[in-house]
Amino acid sequence: MSMFSNLTDKLESAFRTLRGHGKITEINIAETMREVRRALLDADVNYKVAKSFCDTVKEKALGQDILINVEPGKLMVKICYDELIALMGGTKVEINFAPNPPTVILMSGLQGSGKTTFSGKLANFLKTKRSKKPLLVACDVYRPAAIDQLKTLGEQIGIEVYAEENLKDAVGIAQRGVEYGKSKGYDTIIIDTAGRLAVDEEMMNEIAAIKKAVNPNEILFVVDAMTGQDAVNTAQAFNQILDFHGVVLTKLDGDTRGGAALSIKAVVNKPIKYIGIGEKMDAIDEFYPDRMASRILGMGDIVKFVQKVQEQYDEKEAKRLQQKLRKNEFNFEDFMSQLQQIKKMGSIKDLIGMLPGINRALKDVEIDENAFRHIEAIINSMTIKERRNPEIINGSRRRRIAQGSGTSVQQVNQLMKQFDEMRKMMKTMMKLNSAGRSFKGLPFGKK
Amino acid sequence: MRVASVIKDMGLFDIFKKKNKEEVQKEQESQLEAGLTKTKQGFFSKISRAIVGKSTVDDEVLDNLEEILVSSDVGVETTLKIIKRIQDRVKRDKYVSTSELNNILREEIAALMMENKTEDVHDFVIPAHVKKPYIILVVGVNGVGKTTTIGKLALQFKLNGNSVLLGAGDTFRAAAVDQLKIWAERVEVPIVDLGMNVEPSTVAYKTVEKGLEMGVDVIIIDTAGRLQTKKGLMEELSKIRRTIQKFGDKIQPDIPHEVLLVLDASTGQNAIQQATAFTEATQVSAIALTKLDGTAKGGIVIGISDQFKIPVKYIGVGEKVTDLQVFNRMKFVNALFKDADVVS
Ligand SMILES: Nc1nc2c(ncn2[C@@H]2O[C@H](COP(=O)(O)OP(=O)(O)O)[C@@H](O)[C@H]2O)c(=O)[nH]1
Ligand SMILES: Nc1nc2c(ncn2[C@@H]2O[C@H](COP(=O)(O)OP(=O)(O)O)[C@@H](O)[C@H]2O)c(=O)[nH]1
Ligand SMILES: [Mg+2]
Ligand SMILES: [Mg+2]
Repeated sequence: MSMFSNLTDKLESAFRTLRGHGKITEINIAETMREVRRALLDADVNYKVAKSFCDTVKEKALGQDILINVEPGKLMVKICYDELIALMGGTKVEINFAPNPPTVILMSGLQGSGKTTFSGKLANFLKTKRSKKPLLVACDVYRPAAIDQLKTLGEQIGIEVYAEENLKDAVGIAQRGVEYGKSKGYDTIIIDTAGRLAVDEEMMNEIAAIKKAVNPNEILFVVDAMTGQDAVNTAQAFNQILDFHGVVLTKLDGDTRGGAALSIKAVVNKPIKYIGIGEKMDAIDEFYPDRMASRILGMGDIVKFVQKVQEQYDEKEAKRLQQKLRKNEFNFEDFMSQLQQIKKMGSIKDLIGMLPGINRALKDVEIDENAFRHIEAIINSMTIKERRNPEIINGSRRRRIAQGSGTSVQQVNQLMKQFDEMRKMMKTMMKLNSAGRSFKGLPFGKK
Repeated sequence: MRVASVIKDMGLFDIFKKKNKEEVQKEQESQLEAGLTKTKQGFFSKISRAIVGKSTVDDEVLDNLEEILVSSDVGVETTLKIIKRIQDRVKRDKYVSTSELNNILREEIAALMMENKTEDVHDFVIPAHVKKPYIILVVGVNGVGKTTTIGKLALQFKLNGNSVLLGAGDTFRAAAVDQLKIWAERVEVPIVDLGMNVEPSTVAYKTVEKGLEMGVDVIIIDTAGRLQTKKGLMEELSKIRRTIQKFGDKIQPDIPHEVLLVLDASTGQNAIQQATAFTEATQVSAIALTKLDGTAKGGIVIGISDQFKIPVKYIGVGEKVTDLQVFNRMKFVNALFKDADVVS
C-alpha cells in the first residue's frame, strides 16, 4: 500500500507543479537543467559541450506544452534525450569503400584504446558480413609483442597479417603492406598502428607520413569509451593531423556512461561508425545514437516512460475517454482498453505511477500482475451488453460471470465496486482540474 | 624522444645504475615536472583566465574555478567540495583577492589530498612489515598499462638491489605472455610463463612457488585486463588472491602484500567505479596512475585521493622503462602550482 501513497504524493506534486504552468518556463526547468548538466558531467561529457548543450535544450524547451500526465522535469529529460540523438545521430555512415579496390583503412588513437583488437574485429566483420577479402598490416613497431598480438588475432579469424618483424620503419611497412595486398588480390587492407599521444610530435608526424604514403579511403579514430574530459583535445589533435573519417568507441561493454561520444561528435563532427563491446573478435556493433543518449543521460527510465506515454496515447483516444467520463459513460470496454494499454507499456508496477487517473482510482486495490489477470478474466466473461452497460449486471449475472471467469462472486462484486468508485473518482478529478485550467485530455492526454 | 629499441633501453639502464640516489631523485623530479607540464599549463592558463580582470574571489571566479576543476577530471563531487572549502574561506576571511587564489587552491587541494590518511612512499622499496618475497598482484581494466607498469616496476626494484620474479598471469589477451616476456628480457628478470589459456590462478600459484624456491625478494604477477562489471572475471581475480593466500603460512598471512590497481590518467569518472569494484573483489591496496604524460588533466588523482583511502603510489609518465615514479602528494601539488606565481 505504501507504494501507492508514495506515488500519489509524487503525482500530487506533479499536479501542483503543473497548475498554472501549462508550459515549460525558466523557473520550472532550472532545477532539471542543473540535474541534466550534472548527469552529463558525471558521464564525462566535456564541460563546455555540456554547457552549450544545456543552453540549446533550454531554448528549445521554453514554451513547450507540458504533457498532462508527465512532470515537466521528466519531459525536459526527454527533450534532452531527443536532442542528444539528433546531435550524435544524423545519417548512418558506413566505411568508405574504394571505387577501385583495394580499400585502405588506417587505424589511429591513443595507447591501449583498442586499435589492434578493433583491427581484428573489423577484418572479421568485413569478411563475414560484407564478403570482403581483408589483409591486416602490422605497423606498431614499438609496443612489445604488438605484432604477435595482431598475428594471433589474424590466426583466430583466418586473416593474413602482413608484418616485417625486425624493421622499425612503420611508414615503409604500411607502404609495402598495401603493395603486397594489391599484388595478392586483397580488396580491403587494414593498417594497425602504434598508440600515440596527441602531444607527441614525432609520433604524430609518423602517422601523418603513413597517411601520405598509403592514401587511405578510411581513417578511423579509435577511442576508449571511458575517456574523460581530455577526449575533446585528443580527438581535435588527431583530427587536425589526419582529418579522420569516423570514430570507433571501444569498451562500451562496461558501465561507463560514455560522454566522450558526445564531446567528440560536438568538436570534430565526425560520425561514430562502430562500437566495441568486448574482447572477442565478434564483439563489434554499429552505433545506435538512441542507446548512447540514454546511457549518457543515465536517466533511461524517465526517457522510456515519457516515450511510452507519448507513444501509447493519442489525443483522440484521450478526448473520447474524457467525453465518456463527463457523460458518465465510462464502461468496462473502456476499462479493458485502458488495461491493455497499460499492459502494452510493460510492468504495471513501473507504470502505475504515471497514470494519474488510474493511480488514484485504484488507490486501495492490491495491484499485482495477477490482480490484473483476474480483472481481465472477469471482464472477458461479461457479454458485450454487460460491458457497455455495467448497471445491468445483477446478482445472477454476477454468479454467471464468476463461474465463467473462474473467480468468486465476491471477486466480481469487488471489481464492480472498485469500478464504480473509479468512475466517480475520475469524474471528480476531472472537475477539480478543469477548474484550475483547461484539461488537455484525460486520463492519458498527449500534448 | 622515444627509445625505439631494446638495446637503447638497456644502454639507458647502465647509465642509470651508475647514478647515485640523489641524482636519480633529481632526475625523477624534473621528469615529474616535465610529465606534468601539460597538466600545469592546462591548470594555470585556465586559472589566470578565471581571474582576469577580477580583484576579489566572487561567484563568477568560483564558477570559473568549477569549470577548471571539472574540466581536469576532478569530478563533480570533489570539485564541489573544493569550491565549498574556498567559499567557506572567503566567508571567513571576508576579503580574498584573486592573487591569493592560487595559494588558497593549492592549500585546499593539498589538504584534501592529505586528509586521505595514507602514507606516501619515497622510493621503490619493500615496506618494512613485509616478510619476503614481497608479492604484488597487478589488476585493472583493459589497456591501462598493467604489463608496462610491471616491466617498469621490476626495473626499479632491481635498481634498488632486489631480485625480482614476474608471473605471466594474463593468459587471455592475444600475445600478452609474449609482451611480458619481452619486458622480462629488457629488465633482465626471470619470468614464470605457462603459456596462453592456462588458469591464471595456476600461474599465480606456480609463480609464488617458484619465487620461494629461488628465494627472490619481489614477485610481481600480471593479470588480464577486465572491465569491473564482468562478474565472472572479477571472481577470477578473487580466486587468484585466494590461491596466493595458500602460501600464507609459508610467507605471511596477509598476502599478496600489495594489490596494485592500475588506472589510466585519461579515464574519466569511470575510474571511481573501477576503484570501487576492484577493491571489492581483491582488496586493492595501492594505485598506479599511468599515461600522465598524455593528459592535461590528471585531476583524477585529486578525485581518487578524495574518495578513496587507497594511496596513489606510482605514476607512469611515458612508455620507456624508466618512465615510472613513486607518487608523492606534496610534490604533486607543488609541481602543479610551481609556476603559479609567474601567472598571477
Ligand atoms: N572489454 C573490452 N575490452 C576491449 C575492447 N576493445 C579492446 N579491448 C581490450 O583493451 C586492451 C587494449 O586493446 P588493444 O587492441 O591492445 O589496444 P591498442 O593498444 O590500441 O592496440 C586489450 O586488453 C583488449 O582486449 C572492448 O570493446 N571491450
Ligand atoms: N604514454 C604512455 N603510455 C603508456 C604508459 N603506460 C603504458 N602505456 C602504453 O599503454 C598501452 C597499453 O599498455 P599495457 O601495459 O599493454 O596495458 P595492459 O593491457 O593494462 O597490460 C601500451 O601501448 C603501453 O605502451 C604511460 O605511462 N604513458
Ligand atoms: Mg595495438
Ligand atoms: Mg597486459
